[in-house]
Amino acid sequence: MIGRRTKFHFVMCFALLCCVGSIATNAWAQNGGDLRFCVRSEPKTFDPLLVDDDSSLSIRYLTGGVLARVNRHTQELEPELAESWKVSPDSKQITFKLRHGVHFSDGTPFAADDVAFTVQRLMDPALHSNTGDAFRSGSGAVTTKVIAPDQIAITFPAPVVGLDRMFDEVAIMSAHSAKKEGAVLGPFMVAEYKPGSSVRLERNPYYWKKDAQGRRLPYLDSIHIDIQGNRDVEMLRFKRGEIDLINVIDTDYFDRLASSSPQLVHDAGPSLDSDFMWFNEVGNAPIPEYKRAWFGSVNFRRAISEAINRDDLARIVYNGHAQPAVGPISPANKFWFNSHLKAEAHNPQGALERLKADGFHMQNGTLVDKSGNQVEFSIVTNAGSKARERMSVLIQEDLGKIGIKVNLVPLDFPSLIERITHTFNYEAAMLGFRNIDLDPNGQMNIWLSSASNHAWNPEQKSPATAWEAEIDKLMREQASTADLKKRKQAFDRVQEIVYEQAPLIYLINQNALSAVSTSVAGASPGILYPQTFWNAERLTLNGTTTAKR
Amino acid sequence: MLGRIARHIASIAALVLIGGLLSATLVRMAPGFDSDERELDPSLNAESVHALRAEHAGENNILAFYSAYLRGAMHGELGVSHSLGQPVSRLLGERWPVTVRVAGIGLLLGWVAAALLAFVGCLWQRPLYHIFGGALSGAFLCIPAAVLALASVILNAPGYLAIAFIVFPKIYRYSRNLLGKSYALPHITAARARGVGEMRILICHVLPIAGPQLIALAGITVSLALGASIPVESLCGLPGIGQLAWQAALSRDLPLLVNLTVLVTLVTLLANSGADVMICMTRPRQG
Amino acid sequence: MKAARVLACVIVVAVCALSLCANWLAPGGYAKQFREAPGAPPSREHLLGTDEVGRDRFARVLYGTRISLLLAPAAALVSTALAALVGGLAGYLGGIWLKVARAFTDLFLSLPWLFLLITVRALLPLNVSPLSSVLITFLILGLLGWAASARVLSTSANTLRNSDFVLQARASGAHGPRLFLIHVLPNLKPVLYAQFWISIPVFILSEANLGVLGLGVAEPLPSWGSLLRELEGMLSFREEPWRLVPLGLLIVVLTSFQLLLEKEEVTA
Repeated sequence: MIGRRTKFHFVMCFALLCCVGSIATNAWAQNGGDLRFCVRSEPKTFDPLLVDDDSSLSIRYLTGGVLARVNRHTQELEPELAESWKVSPDSKQITFKLRHGVHFSDGTPFAADDVAFTVQRLMDPALHSNTGDAFRSGSGAVTTKVIAPDQIAITFPAPVVGLDRMFDEVAIMSAHSAKKEGAVLGPFMVAEYKPGSSVRLERNPYYWKKDAQGRRLPYLDSIHIDIQGNRDVEMLRFKRGEIDLINVIDTDYFDRLASSSPQLVHDAGPSLDSDFMWFNEVGNAPIPEYKRAWFGSVNFRRAISEAINRDDLARIVYNGHAQPAVGPISPANKFWFNSHLKAEAHNPQGALERLKADGFHMQNGTLVDKSGNQVEFSIVTNAGSKARERMSVLIQEDLGKIGIKVNLVPLDFPSLIERITHTFNYEAAMLGFRNIDLDPNGQMNIWLSSASNHAWNPEQKSPATAWEAEIDKLMREQASTADLKKRKQAFDRVQEIVYEQAPLIYLINQNALSAVSTSVAGASPGILYPQTFWNAERLTLNGTTTAKR
Repeated sequence: MLGRIARHIASIAALVLIGGLLSATLVRMAPGFDSDERELDPSLNAESVHALRAEHAGENNILAFYSAYLRGAMHGELGVSHSLGQPVSRLLGERWPVTVRVAGIGLLLGWVAAALLAFVGCLWQRPLYHIFGGALSGAFLCIPAAVLALASVILNAPGYLAIAFIVFPKIYRYSRNLLGKSYALPHITAARARGVGEMRILICHVLPIAGPQLIALAGITVSLALGASIPVESLCGLPGIGQLAWQAALSRDLPLLVNLTVLVTLVTLLANSGADVMICMTRPRQG
Repeated sequence: MKAARVLACVIVVAVCALSLCANWLAPGGYAKQFREAPGAPPSREHLLGTDEVGRDRFARVLYGTRISLLLAPAAALVSTALAALVGGLAGYLGGIWLKVARAFTDLFLSLPWLFLLITVRALLPLNVSPLSSVLITFLILGLLGWAASARVLSTSANTLRNSDFVLQARASGAHGPRLFLIHVLPNLKPVLYAQFWISIPVFILSEANLGVLGLGVAEPLPSWGSLLRELEGMLSFREEPWRLVPLGLLIVVLTSFQLLLEKEEVTA
């Protein structure tokens, strides 16, 4: 019988041997290990074309093979399953030349008819896929033409700008495999799903990519994804070494970790995500007429924007791991950001000036409008987000200083969505926008006045204001040309209008904070999703931890 | 006798059906019922957003939904969960063993600890012990369930321990008061004075008085434990009914919620009627 | 024992007095944000440090005590009274009443009340003042929190109904409400006390949990519940032990309450 202690020694010796081996040849790392991390909710689907939640997105990223991929580090588009491609000058057609000798995870060969099948299924209007909707710029059917087994042309009824980059989201499915979505082209495949508890991915033995030494990727044997909604528990498990990385870590925990073990945390700088608030400007919303008048006034909106101390939001709520936001595009999006704009400075005096121009005045320390109504409104936000709750408390005090009474109403998410999209029974709302798309075309459904995500006044028959009409025109303009310079010009103007009119009051862009255990080699956390494991196929695990498990 | 049992079963069935209908109505009336998180996805176009909204159309008329559900249930079809896209029967089948184990052991531990503490308190009437018991149960009452669950994760303790600590103070307080009251009765003081053994006093004099109420308490603690399993399972990552219920509530998953309520109602009723039957059996026949 | 009760009395009075003197003891108020010192440890200016947005935690405990210490017992009283009424009366009347009441409480115990609360929030105007919001919340809690103990009470009352002394009282002419109030209700005390005492912390915590639904105490008003919920994000209690003070205070007050409540049982 081997005693417990002996066994422990044995493990230690083994770990030591591994270490020595690694220094000598650096070969051990190629052999496996089990990477572990948490996602915050149940994956809603394993169908790569219907993915719309974070957990499913992570799984699609790790299992799905795409024709071309945006390098999360350089933000450049790189060939994957397609060796090369060509977009027609009118941006309606794209022709892919496919890689040879690629197989799905079940051994079925990959060919152009798989791409045709995937695109046809994706563009089926009845599927209501968000990935598919992004390609839909005009009415009509998409045609796919298999030119050769390794060549395919896809033609869209109307020009689609940034067409090639959008294939980063399209995981190719097999047209013939009996395993349907179980047959994948990515580095990993789903091996086991325990609802409510975990998803286990195993390496795809047929994965086509090889490293410089000719070894087949991925290095890891498997990835164990735990479903854990609570961030405290996630943090705890990370500290214990039970999980290897945290994709997005809360500021509090980031700082705590940073003070004890700075080598574990990474602040990659401002991310594409932003937090913002807006006022309800819907024409028939069930709110008093005089409040609608306030919210419809640009002076009022700009005054609120000026009265908010964004530096304090970034400093207190995010402990400095955030930047005051400028507008719809984060400064992290280097190409599309309009660098002439600066975040609105904190200026309560200026805010009062603007309000005075609209007939507001102070009365016994409270602000009243020209008909004598006390200025008071409520901000609804989703409950459970600590950062947003704290920001709203700071904003409440900031606005209190210019005599405005703010009531904070945290709501559960379904109730909040119903208020801001169906009943419009709210006054102001605060939400975050998680942007995974660098191209402003991804924000089409926010800025078009007819769109359902035009938060402050959605689905307008015709633009309610001149500036919304101008935004409509500019957004359509930038979507109809492939000329990047012209597109940039148009979208720069959109950013200016949004800044001047403040229909959405942008507050902060939080930094991309992540934590990666020292046992993971090859990680290079970035600002684009998925921050820590975007190069999962090349990640390796340290021998000691593998042995410890 | 058979008739009584049949009537009892019929009344339980009726209550379960009413419970299901009421819960479906509550869910249907609550705001956010037909809204979907995906509506906020800017990459979805207007048609897809409208299609999302139309998904719940079949559930707008709650009576129609419920009768369709009942018809399905007759054939063993419990519907399909919206949020998880899986048959409800499979979800429940996978998860109930976890909850039965976690809530069951937790409840048992809670009862053992509480009953022991209360019993010793009655025998050994020291003010300090009384204050200690009060402070201990008070402490566990004041700590949020989420913190207790988190603590069990921190200490690597099993989830049922958290449930035990959540139900313990409630059981302790009721049973302490019930036992205390019984021990304070004159004939027990008299028995003690006559030198009757403590065990005999407990079994022959105290339990017959406090027993029925303690059994009734046992019945309701089942629903307490089920309630406690919601935060505990969610935090400890235990894939049980409680975790499922929380997910279902957040996503307004009507088919799942109705089934869960029916299940919870059934368990509550069975626990409580079980308690009632035991009370009837233990109660001395009265003329 | 007497000394302990005196001490308990002193504690409860002192806590009440402190919370009433909050205006003088914490002149900064509960909402003032010391933005230069968020999350600060205890100091001369901030006895219990500050919270994440720089508000003085000592002031928040004092003001929170006012609200929670007043409203939670009030709500507990409502739920205890309801439990006594439903459970006690049903058990005392027996027969069909008992059956109906039990069925009703069983059903009540298993319904997803969360959705009722969400609906209530939807029916309230958005600009409801923090105070009325908290009043409504505690009222709802009081109205929903009775079922479990009513179930136990119905059993107790039903046992009493057939007991010798109630039969005796009935024989000597007592009946109706008088019999119920004078002979049955006092004997239900152990359960009623337990219900009351348990309900106080449970309601204090529930109020904070309802903040998630937009009910409960609205910012910037503090409550014990929201102070206790601060504990949820703490992975190590060694780091900031002063954040445990509200919890400690609540436990002490609760234990004192219990000592004051149940004197006859203790002295028995």
